[in-house]
Amino acid sequence: MLMNLFKFKGGVKPPTNKTQSVTLPIATAPIPPRLVVPLHQSIGGTPRPVVQAGDKVLKGQLIGEADGRISAAVHAPTSGTVVEVAMHVQPHPSGLDALCVVIAPDGKDEWIARATVDYQSLTPEEVRARLQQAGVVGLGGAVFPSHGKLTASKTVPMDELVINGAECEPFMTCDDVLMRERGEEIVHGAGIFRNLLQVKKVLIGIEDNKPEAVTAMRAAVKAAEEDFEVIAVPTRYPAGGAKQLIRVLTGKEVPASKRSTDLGVQCFNVATAYTAWRALAHGEPVVSRIVTVTGNVQAPRNYEVLIGAPMDELLKLAKPHPDTDGIIMGGPMMGFLVPDHAAPVVKATNCLIAHSPTLFPPKPPEMPCIRCGECARACPHELQPFEMYWFSRAKNFGKTQEYAIFDCIECGCCSYVCPSRIPLVQYFRFAKSEIWAREREKQAAEGAKSRFEFKQLREEREKADKAEKLAKAAAAQAAKKAAEALAAAGASNAAPVAEPSPAAAGAAEAAKKAVIEAAMERAKAQRAAIQPKNVDHLPPAVEQEIAEIDARHAQALGTADTPSGGGEKNR
Amino acid sequence: MISALAIMALGAIILGAALGFASIKFKVHGNPLVEKIEGLLPQTQCGQCGYPGCHPYAEAIAKGEAEINLCPPGGEEGVRKLADLLGREVKPLDAEEKPKQVAVIDENTCIGCTLCIQACPVDAIVGAAKQMHTIVAPLCTGCELCLPPCPVECIRMEPIAENIDNWKWKYPVVEIKAAPLKQAA
Repeated sequence: MLMNLFKFKGGVKPPTNKTQSVTLPIATAPIPPRLVVPLHQSIGGTPRPVVQAGDKVLKGQLIGEADGRISAAVHAPTSGTVVEVAMHVQPHPSGLDALCVVIAPDGKDEWIARATVDYQSLTPEEVRARLQQAGVVGLGGAVFPSHGKLTASKTVPMDELVINGAECEPFMTCDDVLMRERGEEIVHGAGIFRNLLQVKKVLIGIEDNKPEAVTAMRAAVKAAEEDFEVIAVPTRYPAGGAKQLIRVLTGKEVPASKRSTDLGVQCFNVATAYTAWRALAHGEPVVSRIVTVTGNVQAPRNYEVLIGAPMDELLKLAKPHPDTDGIIMGGPMMGFLVPDHAAPVVKATNCLIAHSPTLFPPKPPEMPCIRCGECARACPHELQPFEMYWFSRAKNFGKTQEYAIFDCIECGCCSYVCPSRIPLVQYFRFAKSEIWAREREKQAAEGAKSRFEFKQLREEREKADKAEKLAKAAAAQAAKKAAEALAAAGASNAAPVAEPSPAAAGAAEAAKKAVIEAAMERAKAQRAAIQPKNVDHLPPAVEQEIAEIDARHAQALGTADTPSGGGEKNR
Repeated sequence: MISALAIMALGAIILGAALGFASIKFKVHGNPLVEKIEGLLPQTQCGQCGYPGCHPYAEAIAKGEAEINLCPPGGEEGVRKLADLLGREVKPLDAEEKPKQVAVIDENTCIGCTLCIQACPVDAIVGAAKQMHTIVAPLCTGCELCLPPCPVECIRMEPIAENIDNWKWKYPVVEIKAAPLKQAA
């Protein structure tokens, strides 16, 4: 099975440091005393909590319902009681809080009823819905909901499915051990993806520094009687980037602002395929994942960890050396220092590295850029980092976009090779988040403007409607008066109306007068209704008295018309 | 001689007709500069500049009647952008720059008078007569126009807190650390 491999431009070869953590098989981490499960663990909408404090939950029970099409459900990682649904610190470079479900485990680890289905009997829509309900997301680190990537393109025939087992980040071995120990389930998962996408070929790409994984996967493919190709690709960072691996395996280069599906290729991580199989064939949602715990520790190892377990407790299992002063989540190239060590393990947590000044010596200070072009040579996306750096530094964000800053995958190759030790990726991240913020502001301003204009339009329309209504009412009144006047004239004179136009004019005038009179009458009536509050709702005796007084008053004045009773109260 | 005159006259008539047609056909409605200026304004419609909305202020700037530093929600950066567009000098903002904020209605105190709904320029308040009102926070521009009409003073402004969705990476700062002092011999 000789295959012609392609190359991607750039890349670096940092020391891999992977052997430390693969000596031991996957261990199951003990259930911690408290699990803090963030609701927002994937790209897209934040799931809505469906449990309350005090609820009993079972392992695998839904606690966060997917919100929208691009969003994935969240489940209870073990059985226990919900302590609270509250804001807790997140494994995020900001160290800010987000909504989490806190669970106190009961230690029984009791599963919810697991329904196993034969996915081949389901329609593709049902399979995708099941994957979303099981919270299957990309476990390579980007945590994009997988069901959103599993719709076959209507315009382009799908040629290849790439299963990404390259794992190019140094220190990280979670995918390596998963392929060694659970290869067959990965192959079954890849089979689900193949059936959904209707691809012709399935390529499993693994870096050639993991020969055991390659052998294990080949055996698994044979055991599953599939025709997948397991291909060892040259070890070079970032060979595990989706676009890079697609380039190496298929020779297809995904253009800027296009998706790989436009070229008939789709890419999934091995752990994603594994969880998809567990979700469909075993009815187990994503409640745990394999995490490499390594770095400045005595016993680096891979653990199967429940989502929501605190990082510091997990790190303790690997016995960190006393000079450990931080935890890096992710690899040393793309990861970040976790601001709070109590932050929980989430679906994106593939590796925790104990940080120490000896293992990662502090970077010497940044020097001026000498335009050597090393960063451009190392960039796997063929960008010009030095140009983007100038403009990011000068906050000239329009120019950074001209140099395609949004094609940067923040792999860190440029920072790694920079002889002036400029933290290039940090500048790019800064520029990107500024551009996003501006875009948000612009959209908000546009929305505000359109609503403001609509409100003005509406107010004017309401005014016009009111005026029209009044005019119509007046016209109707005028017509009525005119008709009455005409009828009266006809009855009294019994003579034919000789000149209709002056009569009509007179009638119109009379109608106008009548309208004004009617309005005044109404106003008077209104006033009358409001004014005599003190004589409203009186007992009949008092009313009688008032009537008598009124009668006397009328007599004294010598007027002919006496009040007809107690009804006339508006004097 | 006459033919030359006739040709020139004919040319003049044709070109004149073409120009006349073009001036009607390609007439620019409104001032394009106003639209550009309005694009830079934050569209809070707050009236803090002294004009009844962002569009009137943009018109006033375009006419040269208004200064460019009257928009507090736009901030210093807004002034800078306007100065760039108009070729004017950057001036310090004629007011305090406030952090972005949203209005919050204390729903226990609200009496349902609808006065704030009428005052909101961007329809960001929902409610009905004698029903509780509430602010649709993502639509609120923080213009404060709902504060004065409220008879029970149940509306307050709250700065928008930083959360994971609006958090931004900071500008990389090179820390200047003092070298460890050498022990005196």
